Amino acid sequence: MNKPLRRIAIFCGLLVLTLLIRDNWLQYVKADSLKNDDKNRRVTIARYSTPRGDIIVGGSPVTGSTETKSNGLNDLKYKRTYKDGPMWAPVTGYASQAFGANQLENIEDGILTGNDDRLFFRNTLDMITGKPKQGGNVVTTLNAAAQKAAYNGLKETGGKGAAVALDPSTGKILALASYPSYDPSSFAGASNTDAEAWKKLQKNANPADPMLNRALRETYPPGSTFKVVTAAAALENGLYKSADEATDSPLPYTLPDTHTELKNEGDIPCKNATMREALRVSCNTVFGKIGADLGKDKMLTEAKKFGFDAEQYTPVRTASSNFPEEMNRPSTALSSIGQFETAATPLQMAMVASAVANDGKLMKPYMVDMLQTPNLDPLEKTEPQELSRPLSAQNAQILQSMMETVVKDGTGKNAQIPNVTVGGKTGTAQHGVANSANPYAWFISYAKLPDGSSPVAVAVVVEDENANRDDISGGGLAAPIAKSVMEAVINSKK
Amino acid sequence: MSSTTNPSTHHTSTIGAIGAPSRRNTELALLVFAVVIPVFAYANVGLAINNQVPSGLLSYGLGLGLLAGVAHLVVRKFAPYADPLLLPLATLLNGLGLVVIWRLDQSKLLQSIKQAGTAAPRQLLYTAMGIALFIVVLIFLKDHRVLQRYTYISMVGALVLLLLPLVPGLGANIYGAKIWISVAGFSIQPGEFAKIVLAIFFAGYLMVKRDALALASRRFMGLYLPRGRDLGPILVVWFISILILVFETDLGTSLLFFGMFVIMLYVATERTSWIVFGLLMSAAGAVGVASFEPHVKMRVQAWLDPMKEYTLSQAGVGGHSEQSMQALWAFGSGGTLGSGLGQGHSDLIRFAANSDFILATFGEELGLAGIMALLLIYGLIVERGVRTALAARDPFGKLLAIGLSGAFALQVFVVSGGVMGLIPLTGMTMPFVAYGGSSVIANWALVGILIRISDTARRPAPAPASNPDAEMTQVVRP
Repeated sequence: MNKPLRRIAIFCGLLVLTLLIRDNWLQYVKADSLKNDDKNRRVTIARYSTPRGDIIVGGSPVTGSTETKSNGLNDLKYKRTYKDGPMWAPVTGYASQAFGANQLENIEDGILTGNDDRLFFRNTLDMITGKPKQGGNVVTTLNAAAQKAAYNGLKETGGKGAAVALDPSTGKILALASYPSYDPSSFAGASNTDAEAWKKLQKNANPADPMLNRALRETYPPGSTFKVVTAAAALENGLYKSADEATDSPLPYTLPDTHTELKNEGDIPCKNATMREALRVSCNTVFGKIGADLGKDKMLTEAKKFGFDAEQYTPVRTASSNFPEEMNRPSTALSSIGQFETAATPLQMAMVASAVANDGKLMKPYMVDMLQTPNLDPLEKTEPQELSRPLSAQNAQILQSMMETVVKDGTGKNAQIPNVTVGGKTGTAQHGVANSANPYAWFISYAKLPDGSSPVAVAVVVEDENANRDDISGGGLAAPIAKSVMEAVINSKK
Repeated sequence: MSSTTNPSTHHTSTIGAIGAPSRRNTELALLVFAVVIPVFAYANVGLAINNQVPSGLLSYGLGLGLLAGVAHLVVRKFAPYADPLLLPLATLLNGLGLVVIWRLDQSKLLQSIKQAGTAAPRQLLYTAMGIALFIVVLIFLKDHRVLQRYTYISMVGALVLLLLPLVPGLGANIYGAKIWISVAGFSIQPGEFAKIVLAIFFAGYLMVKRDALALASRRFMGLYLPRGRDLGPILVVWFISILILVFETDLGTSLLFFGMFVIMLYVATERTSWIVFGLLMSAAGAVGVASFEPHVKMRVQAWLDPMKEYTLSQAGVGGHSEQSMQALWAFGSGGTLGSGLGQGHSDLIRFAANSDFILATFGEELGLAGIMALLLIYGLIVERGVRTALAARDPFGKLLAIGLSGAFALQVFVVSGGVMGLIPLTGMTMPFVAYGGSSVIANWALVGILIRISDTARRPAPAPASNPDAEMTQVVRP
């Protein structure tokens, strides 16, 4: 009987071996993916086990942490709080015990919780010395005054919209506002009230969709503001060499290959107008024809140089702005005046203004200036980075003079600031079936100080459901917001 | 002839028995470790959770030490030649189990859903009862061959035990499996006891029938096919296993009994064909039942896609459980070295966290290293059991020892495999470490029987019958 006994012994050994192999698979090979699985509650527990690090604007935190009022069962010790939550929500995102985290709160979670590998040495040291683990800070590039101006300006119009301000020379995001917004504090916990608040903010319960980050994640038809891109394409491709050269622009203008007439808004002097004049009064015919003359490939190349058709990582991911890749000639003409399928995020249009203001150099937009260790030592600093060069410096200056004319005595008069040179472009984009919905009012601009430096470029978009349709124009609704944002930045420089 | 006998001149079959050291002192030394390690673990849990050495440390240490000491003294007195590893290994597992059960008692989450809170003191009570049964076995079972007399009574007893959960009013359906009976407020798992009783029946039955089963066969395609009428018993056992599976919806118990029977049949007859038959029949039975029994089917689905099961359970779809996925997360989060005792979050498993799923807590808090050590301890117990079977001199003892160790090995495999997601989950508990009176008591009895068999096997053979040719050597022997 001993032979089968030995075989059974081997069999039992194999059973144990199988278990050992399985355990190695689970606890060694798959350990990290199981451990960091988003649905693994331990990830949330770790996230809230210590006071979270803060997100800092201009030296003071816009976030905080408070101890959860324990009912004995909540295994999460700390809860996130926000100062001026609705104003900063498009920047911070949210970190909720029950509903996860997004945007900066999610992307920089490792630093904020203190679990990042770069903090490992510190954490080990803390563990030995018995200090509790602390999270690091995220220092943003934002400008509190500009953000306030942007958010309050949008709030006053009462319509859905967004505003973005950039520092043209570095790409720093100075303001990033979206309206309507939400207060991430309202659902930061895990109680029933938090769940109610969360439910009420969801799109299906709230058609205004306050949780949508319109500044980064929503694309709008850019309308006439896109003519700046078209003008840049014309200059770069040598179609016209100066702002004051008469263009070959018939009026009325029929879209190529069709019998459809492209109309201007009102009776404006667009026949063979110069580009400066065409931009000042916003001629659809002139820029539509420029787009058609250049053709879709050249237009697409220029649009891509400005950042279209790509997602940006600020590090929060943006929606991809769209300039159609495949289209016929009439569509090219329409796309070149910001219609047809052209769509841009507010950030994208701010990038257009900033590239022009920065003498043709487009800087990569970013909002995290620095990551700090818990004791405020710098851990990582973001260096400004050039994204592309949509224009030569010379052409950029021509385009600047055109945009300055728009503000000086064109559609953008509302953005004038005393003693500051402002360049801008208005836009009123139609949308909806047969243009039935309220148009979007756009304004993009930059400010230039007497010393020639340009500290800020802005893009504002507002959809006003309450306004009389005829009243909406970029110059009327959006330009004053852009103006106050630019003023806020300039004043904070002083 | 000199009085110093040269061992090499002796026949090797007797050298092992004559003059074998009793190894009782080895056992005592190992027992000290088996008590001290859990006491340290207990202090560790207290320090990690409450920042202080638990107040019950002394009484716990003394309690466990006392139980182990009494068991040791009884072994010393009544089974002096027993295997020295079995008692310390079982004590170590039981002690660690108590610590982890106590650790889960501290979880507010488990307290709130009444899954833990006072489990550890009860488990200590069960342990005392288990060791008492262990002592009773050693004192009253002077020779394991006595059990042979009760072969058919065992059969009846095993059947009754197995069918008890099906008796209306007595059986309790807990989380889908009907393997409990509830008597006077206590839940008892008769299957744990049936395991031992059934092994006695199989050993007695096979010892008598082994020749018929082994020899009367026809050769077909390289396999020895048993005669039709000899197939009877295996068919009956198979059928009973299927019945258990269908009516008690317990995959584990069914697999355990059938596996144990096939192992014992193979050892008794030395016919590989039984293994082939056994595997085919259990595969057919399992697949057949799993395809129409909803509870078993669900377990299989949870095994194939634990994440989907988790999502469904979170979405509030009835009848689904997050346990499997939670257990996998617990293992993964433990990683190589674990989070440390008392510092994991395995209470997220909620139901049965301290019984069926207790291995996940070991996995999270002691890590890969801890689980490997734990599995090797189980492996060692099985190895000592098989060694006992090898050393036993009577076929009944061999069959009983291999049956019990084989069943033990299968149980460890089925439970840990289930918790680790290797095979579908079953409703059995990890021997010695899991919370549950039936399991602890039955397994102490099992170890008691193994110790009894090993004592008989290792005991010096009675003085050989006098051999006239060896008369001279007998004389000079001191």
